[in-house]
Amino acid sequence: MTTAPPAEQRSPGPSELERAFDAAVAAEERIEPRDWMPDAYRATLVRQIAQHAHSEIIGMQPEANWITRAPSLRRKAILIAKVQDEAGHGLYLYSAAETLGVSRDELLDKLHAGRQRYSSIFNYPTLTWADVGAIGWLVDGAAITNQVPLCRCSYGPYARAMVRICKEESFHQRQGYELLLALSHGTEAQHAMAQDAVDRWWWPSLMMFGPPDDRSAHSAQSMAWKIKRHSNDELRQRFVDICVPQAASLGLTLPDPDLRWNEQRGHHDFGAIDWDEFSQVLKGNGPCNEQRIDQRRRAHDDGAWVREAASAHAVKRRARATEPPGPPPAVSSPTPRHAPQNGATTT
Amino acid sequence: MTTHWPLWEVFVRSRRGLSHTHAGSLHAPDAEMALRNARDLYTRRGEGVSIWVVPAESVTASSPDEKDPFFEPSGDKTYRHPTFYAIPEGVKHL
Amino acid sequence: MTAGSPPPAAPAATSPSEPARLVGEDATAALMLGDDALILSHRLAEWTGHAPALEEDVALANISLDLLGQARTLFSLVGNEDELAFLREERAFHNIQLVEQPNGDFAHTIARQLYFSVAQEIRWTAVAGSPDCPTPIRELAAKAVKETAYHRDHAWEWTLRLGDGTDESRTRMRRGIEVMWRHTGELFVPIPGLPLDEPALRAQWLTALETVLAAATLTLPEGPDADAWTAGGGRQGVHTESFGFLLAEMQHLHRSHPGATW
Repeated sequence: MTTAPPAEQRSPGPSELERAFDAAVAAEERIEPRDWMPDAYRATLVRQIAQHAHSEIIGMQPEANWITRAPSLRRKAILIAKVQDEAGHGLYLYSAAETLGVSRDELLDKLHAGRQRYSSIFNYPTLTWADVGAIGWLVDGAAITNQVPLCRCSYGPYARAMVRICKEESFHQRQGYELLLALSHGTEAQHAMAQDAVDRWWWPSLMMFGPPDDRSAHSAQSMAWKIKRHSNDELRQRFVDICVPQAASLGLTLPDPDLRWNEQRGHHDFGAIDWDEFSQVLKGNGPCNEQRIDQRRRAHDDGAWVREAASAHAVKRRARATEPPGPPPAVSSPTPRHAPQNGATTT
Repeated sequence: MTTHWPLWEVFVRSRRGLSHTHAGSLHAPDAEMALRNARDLYTRRGEGVSIWVVPAESVTASSPDEKDPFFEPSGDKTYRHPTFYAIPEGVKHL
Repeated sequence: MTAGSPPPAAPAATSPSEPARLVGEDATAALMLGDDALILSHRLAEWTGHAPALEEDVALANISLDLLGQARTLFSLVGNEDELAFLREERAFHNIQLVEQPNGDFAHTIARQLYFSVAQEIRWTAVAGSPDCPTPIRELAAKAVKETAYHRDHAWEWTLRLGDGTDESRTRMRRGIEVMWRHTGELFVPIPGLPLDEPALRAQWLTALETVLAAATLTLPEGPDADAWTAGGGRQGVHTESFGFLLAEMQHLHRSHPGATW
């Protein structure tokens, strides 16, 4: 239930509360919104869930770029449904964040002011149609690798949102793969387009797992709290191992001359990641940082009068509550209002 | 004027014969829009046949602090469970 | 297909697995209705990522997807859906001008939605119940009427909120209603192959609009509902300037790779 957390003052001493919290986490119990939790745990979750939610809604942009240019009606329908899902995922995640006592408006304000981040991957441009496929296959693939363990995150609302999201994400990855497959097996120009997209998106996708473990600021504590289940490098390795055979089936190559199977490790070795590029993009110097935030801000600002109008109308309507309701639709029956019939207590 | 749309809790009946279960929450200016937003957000893949929306502020929840006085007293009343009673073997339909 | 040409008089070659194609007037009807749905779907999809609230991104995408589905079904009754969408010239599109109008602000979009979805619901209801309409189109209409009822409901609810919201929203909504009005004259021009009582449908449409607009503290515009200078209109393949840009964007990739499969 999305209810604000209770006041901090509690009868048992903090140490006792902390012990109960630690015990619950250790026993793989879920922490729920109204449970006591350490301030740092709450802050970490707010930061992570907000960043995740922001990524979903900023992530709509690079793909929505191509909706109006999709080359077939089937692809167009798939892409609209996919980008729509991203908006939905953003909403699930903002809801989860709100259980921690922050409002969506607050989080959006922070995003718009550049005080909260979103995944840097979305600061790269989508230059050709094949980029839509590469995003589905690689970016969503990396996201799923990151997110599946989050379904077991210690914080209940986040874990539940992730279960829903992961279910829906698998369609995203598959449509991307299928799109690239069609291009790879298509004309020479289409194949080249697909290869070019993979060349551009491969390294940024690997960066999505975050800095190497020895340089990751928040990892250790998040692992202890069971917000995070695997280290950045572990997940990155898992992703590389998954992608290599998938690339082969696509008939496309991954742009890394050092990529090869290591029999001893039982994993693929891969080349050095350009962490300088990563930190540049993170700092705001990526190709699209400004344009992504600008568009988001513009949508929010341009929509302010609409949101105000709806609020004003709701106030008027409440004031008129004693009067008869508005007119019924003139044609066919009105959309049924699913009011509870037997009282909410039957839930 | 406030532009902050209130929070609504969404309950979805996934099919006839099942009760409504909590699906999540959303923002909407009023109940009518909350229902529509809930339909678009939580039943995109045919997950529901009926939706309830409830203003989040209308939900009264038990406090985690009161967990013990609230729920522990029922823990020792094992006579409320059918397994408490020994029935001779061979007796049917009990 | 050449610019301005009528739809095919004979069915394209069909493989055994494909359904029988409509011909003549029936095909024209399917194309006209399909073009309306395709182009409005496209305009609504342009909102993705720009809507006034995330919830509205989701809602507008839903409506766009419904319409795209209707267009694809209707096109499949006439020929290859992608050839029809991506390889026709502007003069061969038969959608009414209303659906191609740029989104403008949210009030413009809602006004366009209100005019169109109320009309489309009335039309689908009539088609579904008319034994004189081609069977495949009737079947589509029976399914589409439920989708369209939801679109009408969405437009209806927003018209109430914008009309009876703030001063600013009322001004904007009134302007949206006025700007879109002059493109509504084509909504009830008879469609070949669909023998319906268009004046009766239009009367129903006007009554519905008057009801919702009154509740929204607005009134129907008084000016002409069709521009005297369009020398015909969308149904004859004469469109407004913005439509060329829409097609250029929609078709360029498909046309850049002739014969490619996507």
